[in-house]
Amino acid sequence: MSKTTTNGLLRFTTAGSVDDGKSTLIGRLLYDSKSIFEDQLESIKNESTQKGINGPDLSLLTDGLRAEREQGITIDVAYRYFATPRRKFIIADTPGHIQYTRNMVTGASTADLAIILIDARHGLLEQTNRHSFIASLLGLRHLVVCVNKMDLVDYDEARYREIVKEYKSFSSRLDITDITFIPISALLGDNVVDKSNQMNWYEGSTLLHHLEHVHVGSDRNLQDCRFPIQYVVRPQTDEHRDFRGYAGRIASGVFKPGDKILALPSGKESTIKGITLGNEQLERAFPPLSVTMTLEDDIDISRGDMLVRMNNQPDVVNELDARVCWLGEKPLNTSSRFILRHLTNEVQAKVTEILYCIDINTLHRDEENKTVATNDIARIKIKTASPVLTDSYRKNRTTGAFILVDPSTHLTVAAGVVG
Amino acid sequence: MTELYNLDHLTELEAESIFVMREVAAQFDRPAILFSGGKDSIVVTHLAMKAFAPARIPMPLVHIDTGHNFPETIAFRNNLIQDMGANLIVGSVQDTINQGKVQEETGSNASRNKLQTTTLIDTIEENRFDACVGGARRDEEKSRAKERFFSHRDDFSQWDPKNQRPELWNLFNGMHAPGEHFRVFPLNNWTELDVWNYILKEKIELPSLYFSHERECIRREGQILAMSDFLKLRAGEKPEMMRIRFRTLGDLTITGAFESEADTLEKIIEEVAATRITERGGRMDDKRSSSAMEDRKKDGYF
Repeated sequence: MSKTTTNGLLRFTTAGSVDDGKSTLIGRLLYDSKSIFEDQLESIKNESTQKGINGPDLSLLTDGLRAEREQGITIDVAYRYFATPRRKFIIADTPGHIQYTRNMVTGASTADLAIILIDARHGLLEQTNRHSFIASLLGLRHLVVCVNKMDLVDYDEARYREIVKEYKSFSSRLDITDITFIPISALLGDNVVDKSNQMNWYEGSTLLHHLEHVHVGSDRNLQDCRFPIQYVVRPQTDEHRDFRGYAGRIASGVFKPGDKILALPSGKESTIKGITLGNEQLERAFPPLSVTMTLEDDIDISRGDMLVRMNNQPDVVNELDARVCWLGEKPLNTSSRFILRHLTNEVQAKVTEILYCIDINTLHRDEENKTVATNDIARIKIKTASPVLTDSYRKNRTTGAFILVDPSTHLTVAAGVVG
Repeated sequence: MTELYNLDHLTELEAESIFVMREVAAQFDRPAILFSGGKDSIVVTHLAMKAFAPARIPMPLVHIDTGHNFPETIAFRNNLIQDMGANLIVGSVQDTINQGKVQEETGSNASRNKLQTTTLIDTIEENRFDACVGGARRDEEKSRAKERFFSHRDDFSQWDPKNQRPELWNLFNGMHAPGEHFRVFPLNNWTELDVWNYILKEKIELPSLYFSHERECIRREGQILAMSDFLKLRAGEKPEMMRIRFRTLGDLTITGAFESEADTLEKIIEEVAATRITERGGRMDDKRSSSAMEDRKKDGYF
């Protein structure tokens, strides 16, 4: 473990079922990067012995809740952490069965990269397509396809090539450009952290090496200036009598003191006076920093408003064309009203039209199917009671994302991407 | 050019946590910070100060006082409150016992750790808090790995691990019915080492207990416990002076110390980086069963 990192933070998601060896792969990454503590190892060794398994069952490390330990399945999203001298990693570990699509969407929403696991014996399964499609839908730019259990196919290069070819033909329909293939054995550790000496025909990097070096900095949108106001800081003390600071997290773009800005939706103009983080003055602010800005002019701005540049503005709309993943237990009811939460804003909304559902195994549009049930992905039209400030999700993963909340149960019932 | 926009991971974690703190202030009417006096709640308080500067933090600090605290923790708490000009609300476990709501545990393993849940829930109800910000982290314990940033609690302060709201992007849904509340965890994505490195980077002051010092202790079941009026000695246990420090600060009765020479932050970080036992490994409260934490959380524990 390290004290500092040189490549910052990488958030990635892994999806798959117990059979894919996903839990074993994560256990292996934690184990080989020495992120497992003695007492954790001791505890899983005991549990493994009780179950009659030889040696520590690494998958037990990632099965958190009692129900899962008892049933041997993974529900919900679990987050895991490990670090190497190069990078800190956050893993969103999600189950892969179809009934858990919503968990995969949740895990992918904050990830930079997805690991797709394929069992070398079975090749591409529906589940593989499903994970890949969700990664693409949620705007991930990087995929790592791990062809796992290579030990069970005698480390056969031809088998590996066959799967890579099959996957490439499928992935040409996805919106992901950076795809890396790695033959591994999570169980035995081949090409996970250490290079395998069973597959000399493979000349690429190990999984960990790839994760440490993959460049995600350029995924950040530094072009379109978007600063959603989260909170207005008004100290009202003698020392700061007239201070009004606009606090928030930069969604995209680079802001500097002296920049001319436009406040939306009011359309008032001003100039940035100062940008602070705590008591520190910043020369520039960019995503994902949380800062406080002061302006030269006293204009009326509140939570939900946005500071942008005059020549580069988001869409100000009352109607949204969006793809949603339905998370609610009951199917989408178009006569219901919802709260749409977008950035720091919440507005009343209703679904005016269901255009089609997407079969996430084949990627086909099903225009006949207008029932949107739990775990379904659909294209819909939404009308909002007041304007929202959006960009297409493809262009901006922050300003293009929203959730729908059922005002009667307060539950989050849908995750949506604009465009 | 692009290097200008590279951030180290602590800066990214800080930005996320500040965002969460501000979301609490914006979405809730009566939020509070649960302040234990331990390093994690000190870091949460520091992040709150950064989030709302130059204003004071717009929520009180709540301390659930078991009466079994280290005196150093209380002194530190009082100084910090004074420096930041914050409001402090104390919930007293002794009061809860005096009111007959809970029974003091007996025996040589007795602690007030479980009792404080009742005091906490009472304090939340009395003050009508709708959000309580805590310093817990997902890496602490396996049932915490699935914790949300905004974690819903029902009218009885219970946590239902099977019915958590999905949490996507940074869109936190804090809607709730009257009487329900949220526990909020801004440090969810931090590890123990991140917390220590951040304390060093930001020069955050900590109680002296975290640093190596001489103290009278006993050894029990492989653990070192500090001597205090609350500890009942068993046959054969003999207090001895040891050079120790604490890795977490819970109650005097349950927090295991360990022998250490680390008397500076830099040395502590070296030590934490090299340690092969998890942080909570030193806490008797988690050792009661393998689902001990999950069970207490369902009841409304921190």
